[in-house]
Amino acid sequence: MHLSTSRAFLKRLFRRRLVLFAAIVLVVIVLAAIFAPLIAPYSPTSMRVTQRLRPPSAMNWLGTDEFGRDVLTRVMYGGRASLGIGMAVVFASMAAGTTLGLLSGYYRALDGIIMRFVDAMMSLPDILLAIFLLAVLGQSAANVVLALAIVYTPRVTRVVRGSTLVVRELPFVEAARTIGVSTRRILTVHILLNVASPIMVQATFIFAYAVLAEAGLSFLGTGAPPEVPTWGTMIASGQQYTDRAVWLVLFPGIAIVLSALCLQLLGDGLRDMLDPKLRKAL
Amino acid sequence: MTNDPLVRIRGLTKHFGKAPALVHAVESVDFSIARGEMLGLVGESGSGKSTIGRMILRALDVTAGEVVFDGTPIHAMSQRQLKPFRRRMQMVFQDPYASLNPRLRVRDIVGEALDAHGLARGAARTARITELLEIVGLQAEHADRFPHEFSGGQRQRIGIARALAVEPELIVADEPVSALDVSVQAQVLNLLQDLRARFGMAMLFISHDLDVIELMCDRIVVLYLGRVMEIGPTDAVCGDPRHPYTRALLETSPKPDPDARRTRNLLQGDIPSPVAPPSGCVFRTRCPQAISACAEAVPPLRRVGAGHAIACIRQESPRSEAFEGRAYPSSAGTDEGAD
Amino acid sequence: MTVALGAVSEPLLAIRDLAVTFRTEEGDTTPVRGVDLDVLEGRTTALVGESGSGKSVTSLAVMGLLPRPAGRIAAGSILFRTAAGQRLDLVGLPATEMRRLRGNAIAMIFQEPMTSLNPVLTVGEQIAEQVRLHMGLPRAAAFARAVEMLGFVEIPDARRRATDYPHQMSGGMRQRVMIALAMSCNPRLLIADEPTTALDVTIQAQILALIDRLRRDHGMSVLFITHNLGVVAEIADHVTVMYAGEVVESAPVRDLFHRPRHPYTNALIDCLPARAVRAPDGRKIVRSIPGTVASAFAAPGCKFAPRCVHAADGCATRHPDLGSGVEGHAIRCLRWRDL
Repeated sequence: MHLSTSRAFLKRLFRRRLVLFAAIVLVVIVLAAIFAPLIAPYSPTSMRVTQRLRPPSAMNWLGTDEFGRDVLTRVMYGGRASLGIGMAVVFASMAAGTTLGLLSGYYRALDGIIMRFVDAMMSLPDILLAIFLLAVLGQSAANVVLALAIVYTPRVTRVVRGSTLVVRELPFVEAARTIGVSTRRILTVHILLNVASPIMVQATFIFAYAVLAEAGLSFLGTGAPPEVPTWGTMIASGQQYTDRAVWLVLFPGIAIVLSALCLQLLGDGLRDMLDPKLRKAL
Repeated sequence: MTNDPLVRIRGLTKHFGKAPALVHAVESVDFSIARGEMLGLVGESGSGKSTIGRMILRALDVTAGEVVFDGTPIHAMSQRQLKPFRRRMQMVFQDPYASLNPRLRVRDIVGEALDAHGLARGAARTARITELLEIVGLQAEHADRFPHEFSGGQRQRIGIARALAVEPELIVADEPVSALDVSVQAQVLNLLQDLRARFGMAMLFISHDLDVIELMCDRIVVLYLGRVMEIGPTDAVCGDPRHPYTRALLETSPKPDPDARRTRNLLQGDIPSPVAPPSGCVFRTRCPQAISACAEAVPPLRRVGAGHAIACIRQESPRSEAFEGRAYPSSAGTDEGAD
Repeated sequence: MTVALGAVSEPLLAIRDLAVTFRTEEGDTTPVRGVDLDVLEGRTTALVGESGSGKSVTSLAVMGLLPRPAGRIAAGSILFRTAAGQRLDLVGLPATEMRRLRGNAIAMIFQEPMTSLNPVLTVGEQIAEQVRLHMGLPRAAAFARAVEMLGFVEIPDARRRATDYPHQMSGGMRQRVMIALAMSCNPRLLIADEPTTALDVTIQAQILALIDRLRRDHGMSVLFITHNLGVVAEIADHVTVMYAGEVVESAPVRDLFHRPRHPYTNALIDCLPARAVRAPDGRKIVRSIPGTVASAFAAPGCKFAPRCVHAADGCATRHPDLGSGVEGHAIRCLRWRDL
């Protein structure tokens, strides 16, 4: 029983139907975001003042906003931004967090410094820290990515460090040292390959947190600037119309919730599948 | 071809931790390993046998004492200085399941040693890996598989192939068959003997199983709580054990002969903790022949026969004479070490 | 207090045709498929096998401890004779009744005492809990009994040690605590699953002697599971050998060692280091059994045939029954008369 075949992997991952469902919904959302320019009914910026604040109808499945822009189109394009930011945050925090975690777990000398830094950062609430960083860096989509990456790196560092501490003591690592393998190779091949499983699980969770955080920041006006259509900015600009046109807030909100929920379910599924196996594989 | 020993250790000591919880894992151990010799280290838990093996390989740092490999002291070298020596000595581990990286294919596991020392590349590397697999009784196509696809005995063979890759002069085998079924143990033991006959490397065979050590080794070192109790040729130590601990070990090992059941002199009590080893002779708390003098000083190794020495002030008489708890005079002189 | 052993014709525990299946993601497996075993009153029966033989699964099945829902008893009966003389079939016994038996009339000790004992309770509390549950004694009396039990298992200074936690004790001590726990309610059957495998050899000898003494003093029966034939020769009165989920031979201990009739038993005994033979070049060669047990499960016919040096044409196709060939000696082999 091993991950050596992708079929066995998928079969075990989707043992729970809920996980399978979540994966399918996620795929739909992601595809809609990727292919938005091809399949969206309208342009996200074309304004039709005569069609302001229309409820969902045959012409506009999700209604129109205060500028007459089609909500469905904007939700799809918003997905590109929100999910894109999420993905970027995942890559950045994975890269930084894994490096720090490996070094921290393997070298006792570095462990003290790195972990105190991590502890300090994790003692601050995520959103507050992000707001502070964005105030310093200035508002832009790129800076949102940077700020959130900084916020989530400590989480990844902790997980990787924990696994590194375990794997470091295993006989095959000692064997590699006895052979005379370079430390670089020990870290990148022997340890990294064997801590990959929890890293993957963390990635899905951080993706979810990043999407939520971005929405929250944009809603507060401290995230991406309002010209950039993300789900969060859509809610921010649509909140004043909730009494008249609740769909302006409802649909981007549903998109956020669905994405985050499906990512977390997928992450749970991954963790359930990998956890007992992690013990067996080691 | 020199007669100097391949490995010589003197006063080898290892302490872990700090006072008040200082673990005296190994204390002042002396012995040497000749080229091509199979030396057995036998002892129970806390004996320090694995620690000694690891110190020789410099997988652990040495607290005190020296390790001299082929005339060169290596106990104080940095990891970088040690790299050429890593080619000359290798290790086979106890746990066939955890000693191979589960994420690497067999060819990468075996080939890693070749890569680390730049011994072969490309087609030559593949050929050498195939050669190594065949030497240990596996097949070329096994190179593409992952460790979990093999049984315990086969994994141990892969580990041996990995150790052989650099053509070492010394192999430290730390309980190489303890985790295997009896029917498979024999396969691996025979393999190790064949390899030794074929390539002439020396082996340090570490085990708690005196039967296996008696079978495989030319000479034996009996350890207890980090100190040498008895050392000598296998026939002498197993046929005519002089140290009370060696005798106890031999008597309490279960023999597969139902008619050999008899009331044995069981050692009372537990093995003391290495944090607080008994003063003087560390075995005195469980020794049936202990007297008050045993607590006063650590007994030195004294010769009792050709290449055979024990650390005991009671100087056990040979088995043929009845022992009645009287002190016998010590045999000829005292020597440093057992060589 | 010794119990006079009269001539008892009926065994205390009689397992017939036991089969256990496990449901896994890759389909159902049958790790135990044909086990017949008797444990006689007041005697020690050893259940011997290597990994994959199904011996541990069998003991778990007797105790009703198969991991659920994956594991279940597919067929067969486990007849246990209660103190009142009635024969209970443990298969299909309601959970409440099984709980009353477990720890009470039938007790079990395991290989690794560190994980079998609760780390957050003192050892005295753990024994007292069992005593309160099964014997209904009030708190103070239960604790007193716990201290008494620790004394029975030769733990020095029992009253003080009853307040120790498991991690404060050595491996040998913890195993004694496990035995005390098992004995606390005067069980009629003690199932010991590899209780000494993780212990040093001098401690193992103490524990084996202890179990044997308790057996004699309390008239208890012991089912001792192990892979170590030396241990079997030391303590067993009767031996049952398992291979690939089946019983292949069953005999009194002297018969088994002097005249093993099944090729597997014969080969297994020959694999021991003590039975090594000298090769022409002077080396001692251990015999081994080629191949692995993994191939056995799929084999039609005799499960050992793929590895058996005596296999004839019929062996691979016809599955032999467990026949009682000679007085008290059962063998599962088509050719045993010829060998």
